Amino acid sequence: MNGVKALLPYDFSPLTIASYALVLALYGVALLRMPDSERPGPGRIVTFVVGVMLCYAVMQTAFDYYSQYMFFVHRGQHLILHHLGPFLIALSNPLPVMRFWGRKIPRSALPWLAPVRLSYRVLQHPVVAPVLFVGLVYFWLSPSIHFDAMLSRQLYWVMNWSMLLDGLLFWWLILDPRSPYITNALGYGKRMLLLALVAVPQMLLGAWIVFSRDMVYDVYEVCGRAWPLAPETDQLLGGLLTWIPPAMMSVLGILIILRRAMYEDGRYPKQAAALAQPSGHMNT
Amino acid sequence: MPTFISGTRTAALIALLLATFALVGCDQSDREWHGKDISGLMPPLEFELINTQGEAVNASDSDGQVRLVFFGFTHCPDICPTTLARLSQAVGKLPENERERVTIMFVSVDPNRDTPEQIAAYTRFYGDRIAGMTGSEPQLRQLVKRYRTTFGYDEPDENNNYNVSHSAGVYVFDTRGKARLLLRPDLTAAQIRDDISALAQERRS
Repeated sequence: MNGVKALLPYDFSPLTIASYALVLALYGVALLRMPDSERPGPGRIVTFVVGVMLCYAVMQTAFDYYSQYMFFVHRGQHLILHHLGPFLIALSNPLPVMRFWGRKIPRSALPWLAPVRLSYRVLQHPVVAPVLFVGLVYFWLSPSIHFDAMLSRQLYWVMNWSMLLDGLLFWWLILDPRSPYITNALGYGKRMLLLALVAVPQMLLGAWIVFSRDMVYDVYEVCGRAWPLAPETDQLLGGLLTWIPPAMMSVLGILIILRRAMYEDGRYPKQAAALAQPSGHMNT
Repeated sequence: MPTFISGTRTAALIALLLATFALVGCDQSDREWHGKDISGLMPPLEFELINTQGEAVNASDSDGQVRLVFFGFTHCPDICPTTLARLSQAVGKLPENERERVTIMFVSVDPNRDTPEQIAAYTRFYGDRIAGMTGSEPQLRQLVKRYRTTFGYDEPDENNNYNVSHSAGVYVFDTRGKARLLLRPDLTAAQIRDDISALAQERRS
């Protein structure tokens, strides 16, 4: 594929393009209009945009073509949609932007948003979130469902969007910039535990794919590959991408949380933290 | 109690999700197929190609036929010959009245090497129920994209020999052109015959 064609969508999705444009527009407008004291610095802005553009690139460029017809590229696509992209977006701390738009919601509309808030709380429950995070990986990689998802255009889009949205929820729970000492954000210990817990089943699944003697995902055989690559090599590379990088993302996440926990250690006296607790709730 | 509400809501969500997936592909008969049932997963048959006489051909030209679409190339060393032989064997074992309602479509995805004449000679070898066709690369790309498959070329050697990656499955469309089955390469001729016989017997509506 030549240069320009490689940047164009393989499977044009107006909804996807509109969603990304909307996210970038909301972020940009908030940056311009928010008070200087709240505005994120250039590093955070770049991190956010890189995270968003990475996800866009794997969904709406030639990368998507290769993801549909090569198992290992597909695993790379989900690594970005479920891990790296959402990780960077959450790490960039877009909380000021969210608060900016949150303040624009009229009070009369708040009761209508109650179901959204309730669903959000359920999905971000420290037991539900990791089960959903790993469960989706297992769900879409169960061979018969994977076969259908790669055959049906609709299911394929549902798969990719569900991975992206769940990735955003999970990494936002983990990298929530609010300190658990003075807000109701999840405690650092629990965050590190979740990261360790989600790494193990992903590693097991990756190792199972790597060491499988038979072809686990024959849809790429049945539907043809983007270029003549040995099926065993494709499966091996895909298995490695399921096994190692997600585990490394967990390690990276643990290191970041550990650094935060050490930085905040002793920073908030216990009494002050206890006093701040009732009024420290912040809605996201 | 919030926990109770949360639990009920989660259970309802999960039930809804399961029901959605259970419903996918449930609009067809409950027959056990040997091939993979792709009803509802793929769009109906539609293409613009050229036949072995070099004339334009489209899906409606073969309406009323059960169509078995296979992508390949005439220089194919293994998958194409074995698949075409198996399909031809399966169709050959059908009773006369059913056989007349089945067409095997061999679509060459290597138009640079496969001329209509070459495809005609190739398909003739495998029987009279095979229609050979090909098209320009954009036409072929459009068709394979519609059916979630692809093809790719290796670098040619000094004799201009190169390998082509392509689908190993056979897409089966019923007499109305609806996508019904995907035949995996491991099916036997008898299993294929069972499936296409059932489709050929279906009444046209």
